[in-house]
Amino acid sequence: MQSNPNTELAIEAHGLIKHFGGTKAVNGVDLLVPRGMVYGVLGPNGAGKTTTIRMLSTLLKPDGGHAWVMGHDLVRDVGAVRGCVSLTGQYASVDEDLTGRENLVLLARLLGYSRRASKERSAELLEAFDLADAARRQVRTYSGGMRRRLDIAASIVVTPDLIFLDEPTTGLDPRSRNQVWDIVRALVAGGTTVLLTTQYLDEADQLADRIAVIDHGKVIAEGTGGELKASVGSGALHLRLKNPALLLQAEGILTAVLNAPVVAEADPATLMARLADTSKATDALAALSQAGIELEQFSLGQPSLDEVFLALTGHPAESEEKIGEQQ
Amino acid sequence: MNVSPDRPSRFASNEALNRALSTRLRPGQASAWTASLAFAWRGVLKIKHIPEQLIDVTMTPILFTLMFTYLFGGALAGSPTEYLQFLLPGILVMTVLFSTVYSGVTINTDVTKGVSDRFRSLPVWSSAPLVGSVLADSVRYLMAALVGLSFGMLLGFRPEGGVIGVVAGLSLLLVFAFSLSWVFTTMGLWMKTPNAVMNLGFMAMFPLTFMSNVFVEPETMPGWLEWWVNVNPVSSLATAMRAFMHGTFNLGQVITVLLASAAFTGVFAPLTLYLYRNKV
Ligand SMILES: Nc1ncnc2c1ncn2[C@@H]1O[C@H](COP(=O)(O)OP(=O)(O)OP(=O)(O)O)[C@@H](O)[C@H]1O
Ligand SMILES: [Mg+2]
Repeated sequence: MQSNPNTELAIEAHGLIKHFGGTKAVNGVDLLVPRGMVYGVLGPNGAGKTTTIRMLSTLLKPDGGHAWVMGHDLVRDVGAVRGCVSLTGQYASVDEDLTGRENLVLLARLLGYSRRASKERSAELLEAFDLADAARRQVRTYSGGMRRRLDIAASIVVTPDLIFLDEPTTGLDPRSRNQVWDIVRALVAGGTTVLLTTQYLDEADQLADRIAVIDHGKVIAEGTGGELKASVGSGALHLRLKNPALLLQAEGILTAVLNAPVVAEADPATLMARLADTSKATDALAALSQAGIELEQFSLGQPSLDEVFLALTGHPAESEEKIGEQQ
Repeated sequence: MNVSPDRPSRFASNEALNRALSTRLRPGQASAWTASLAFAWRGVLKIKHIPEQLIDVTMTPILFTLMFTYLFGGALAGSPTEYLQFLLPGILVMTVLFSTVYSGVTINTDVTKGVSDRFRSLPVWSSAPLVGSVLADSVRYLMAALVGLSFGMLLGFRPEGGVIGVVAGLSLLLVFAFSLSWVFTTMGLWMKTPNAVMNLGFMAMFPLTFMSNVFVEPETMPGWLEWWVNVNPVSSLATAMRAFMHGTFNLGQVITVLLASAAFTGVFAPLTLYLYRNKV
């Protein structure tokens, strides 16, 4: 076991374990999170994201493993860890009965601000998070997006060195999601390290500098978005037929020409084939046109993280009802 | 209405956001006392924002006072006003003890809603949320008692013990309520939902309050019931309260109440703190 933390890292975790009865919620997670970046933890429901975050933010004691957070030993130096990290949990942890302003003043007081400074800091945050108009209303009357923003504001009353955001955009509409993304980018620009979890592959891809994919309590892949995609194969051919009735026929032709598995997608007129050799794509298009199958659209691209996930875990990520519309 | 005043897409001013984030002020740690007081302030705000809880626990006793005084008062004590002199101190006991159940409900709500997660991840004394919430509850108990007392006086309750007797009686009541609320905070940390806490809590309160000498003296009850009523600490509390409010002093019952309070606090306060710190 190592005895010294690496000071370049915001989080250094080795073999974290947490079991609940028979459930191996986290089963040996290793994470190396460099300071000053957005680090994404990606995984489907029940993968162990929340449990991992709760351990790293001192809310749960690990059953095994070892971790340093901002250079402090997670178990032996709980106070120091709490002093420099903050957590925005998966479910809004603001007090619904109080107003937005009262919530922030309370936290400011708890973090050692004087009475007067608490009020000033709350006003500043409410303004910054576009909540000034709703400041004097009970949080139970807030929309999901407002609640999320207040929750994040509550986490940065004292700007932390490291912030954990557990599924910060789940359930938000595209506009609110954009606001949260703006906040994340502003946080990083200000020097805070952000660790966020998400089930949305496209969110991890857009926001995170590095991504860890976890499934069944283990990290199954780690790297930049580009590296993860590259690990799967050179690319994928997406086709959309003019006439969905010809789908089976098209699938047969493609399989024969490409010598690769062809998958029907959610849209009944589209097909996807993973290619070992991208030059074969032209052959495939020619064969289809010869057979009289007209295409509405086709694209040859890097695999999406969805495909990465499928390739890594053998099952697709539950990402159907995902954030807003997809490009 | 649930309409959010969000402006289109981006923030009106990313500048305000950057400014708010660039403050890296660390004002230092809040002391255990400051933190507890901040949590107490939160509890008091809750009384303001959800007055229903206070109304809940005061309405029932008001109805009981009316019903018992006018329906049974004549039969039980000769006249309604005379019976009220006996009944009211007991009604105050009942009111306040019922409202201690909400201490458990509040804690459970915090835990199940995830609010306590945030508090527990702060660098403050880990028991401050509980201490603050129990402090705020004492304010609620006092308010409930004062509502009950005012209503009683409106109907003709006249405490012969004067201000001193009333203050002494209420103080004893608050001490006991404080100790009993730890029982419910323990229950609140044990159980899964706020509703379960409320149901079980009220269920436990019925034998404690109704099977006591709050309404009638136990002489005419069957032996087993008379035994329970006499050992029930709520009876001691009601007797001691009556004595205080009517200008006498029942040392034996006051001691009994204080011992019971010490026992409840001694067992359940540490248990609550332990459960809270080790909540998974
Ligand atoms: N307190 C608990 N008691 C028992 N089991 C738990 C507890 N917390 C989590 N689990 C289990 O551990 C596993 C991992 O849960 P966790 O909440 O960490 O997943 P997640 O990746 O955050 O999922 P989601 O995307 O749904 O939030 C799940 O099977 C869950 O049921
Ligand atoms: Mg989760």
